[in-house]
Amino acid sequence: MTLLANLTRAEVEDFLILEAALLNEWRLEEWRALFTEECRYLVPNTNGDPYAPPESSLYLIADDGHHLTERVKRLGKKTAHAEYPHSRTRRLVSNVRILERAADSLKVESSFVTYRASQGVTDTYFGRHEHCIVEVAGALRILEKRTILDMETLRPQGRLSIIV
Amino acid sequence: MQHHQGAHADAAIRIDEARGRFSVSRAAYTDPALHAAELEEIFARCWLFVGHDSELPKANDFLTRTIAGRPVVFLRDKAGAVRCLLNICPHRGAQVTRQKRGSAKLFSCIYHGWAFENTGKAISIAQAETYHPDFNAAGANDMVPVPRFESYRGLWFLNFDANAVSLADYLGNAREYVDIVMDQAEARMQVVGEVQEYSARANWKMLAENSTDILHVETLHPTYLDLIRTNSEGTIVRGRVQGKSIDLGNGHAVVERVASYGRPIARWIPLWGEEAKAEIDAIFARLVKSYGEERAKRMAYNARNLLIFPNLVINDIMSVTLRTFQPSATDYMEISVWAIAPAEEAGKPAMARRLTNFLEFLGPGGFATPDDIEALESCQRAFAASREAPWNDLSKGLGQAPDATDELPQRVFWLAWRDRLMQRKAT
Ligand code: FES
Ligand SMILES: [Fe+2]
Repeated sequence: MTLLANLTRAEVEDFLILEAALLNEWRLEEWRALFTEECRYLVPNTNGDPYAPPESSLYLIADDGHHLTERVKRLGKKTAHAEYPHSRTRRLVSNVRILERAADSLKVESSFVTYRASQGVTDTYFGRHEHCIVEVAGALRILEKRTILDMETLRPQGRLSIIV
Repeated sequence: MQHHQGAHADAAIRIDEARGRFSVSRAAYTDPALHAAELEEIFARCWLFVGHDSELPKANDFLTRTIAGRPVVFLRDKAGAVRCLLNICPHRGAQVTRQKRGSAKLFSCIYHGWAFENTGKAISIAQAETYHPDFNAAGANDMVPVPRFESYRGLWFLNFDANAVSLADYLGNAREYVDIVMDQAEARMQVVGEVQEYSARANWKMLAENSTDILHVETLHPTYLDLIRTNSEGTIVRGRVQGKSIDLGNGHAVVERVASYGRPIARWIPLWGEEAKAEIDAIFARLVKSYGEERAKRMAYNARNLLIFPNLVINDIMSVTLRTFQPSATDYMEISVWAIAPAEEAGKPAMARRLTNFLEFLGPGGFATPDDIEALESCQRAFAASREAPWNDLSKGLGQAPDATDELPQRVFWLAWRDRLMQRKAT
């Protein structure tokens, strides 16, 4: 746990920048590998409490490890029509803060703006990510990522077909 | 003007029975004059879904919504009655509330401070003593309710036409299918969490067509089918779809068929584990006890996509959803989707299974819905070529033995659309 204990804010930021770069470059299997095997990737609804349990509240995305693996598989296929041809995306990650340091995990908040261009239209998504980061075999891994959108609705974007 | 639109709508559909061809003019998805006629003849005359009873659990709860472009407040008043008021101040028109949701015994307008009970009754007018004495007569300055507001099985609808037929008559044969969905609950169905709000850069009629279109599933949603194949560990093999599409009258239609995925009520798949199997068996046994073996099987093993003309879809598929779409522009619609579930599932693993099922397919982050949006938007972009390539085809199954993948529901929709747009010309 030495890695985690001594991790600086700047090093955490580097990790989030790496994550964003993998997504920008559509290297989704490598992105999946940044997560632990059992993990959660959550995007709460734009309406309601973003921390309501996904077992009893309707989310936009509430993947466990299995579904995240399947989502990455889907996005790798030409039949994921919403994202093939791949959209062009750019993620800006900023305002990185370590919110909590536990013995075996870090809770990190960051702000994001993600642009997605496809079929002549550019959409913007913005909000904050909350990462729960752990150490596995000497490397940083994401145990949970909660992406809380600041938009009031998914209009006019209409979809969350990318990992924002 | 009316005459012109009627003729236009008539020309938008071309039927050649002898050759088994049913065509729809692509201009019907792009023409501003037809869009204006739809707002008048369809959206100002048909019953439109507003919300579900359970979204207003307590007295004084309110939600603001936009229905056919109009701002409304959907609320439960202080006495517990569900109401729908136009969200416009009788004074000079400000929205009486600008909150998305809340609890309020009264609404107070920000502009000049007129205040209203949540029944719509005006209770305070700024400097009332400076008006003519008759001005303040009872009822003279109340908020305006929507002309008609009725419910069926917890679903509330409005109608902007005071002379419309009753909601029950309007739903007609569709009621049987609303019943078969609502009867899945021991006591009542309720909304889970909050509404998902998204959109598509496409004409609203394409989502009406898409929602009862089973033909596209294999081609548009293979990544979803891959997922359920993995989830079911090969126990669900999707063969030819067994079922049929049915014309329910008034533009309503349903596709009922044997489901090819796990259903919370009540078809078990291995992904859910042995414990869930016992639970699902118990749910099925309850259905048999209440409704008999045949109806229980139909409720549990069949899936249903029901379109209530013009813009409510009840999908009783891998999960139960309500979906409406507002005709914001010829090439843009605002979509709202609710998950509903039996009240008795609250806090139980059954609810988690239902929500997982929902998110696997549905909503803007699902494994399927984004591809639907993409297909609809692709059509809308391509309709720019309508002048040279003017016709969409909806002939599948015309004059043939019925099949679940027929384009019958779409034809039912378009014929009702044409009748609605032409009826003004006739009267
Ligand atoms: S507009 Fe509401 S009080 Fe004047
Ligand atoms: Fe679809």
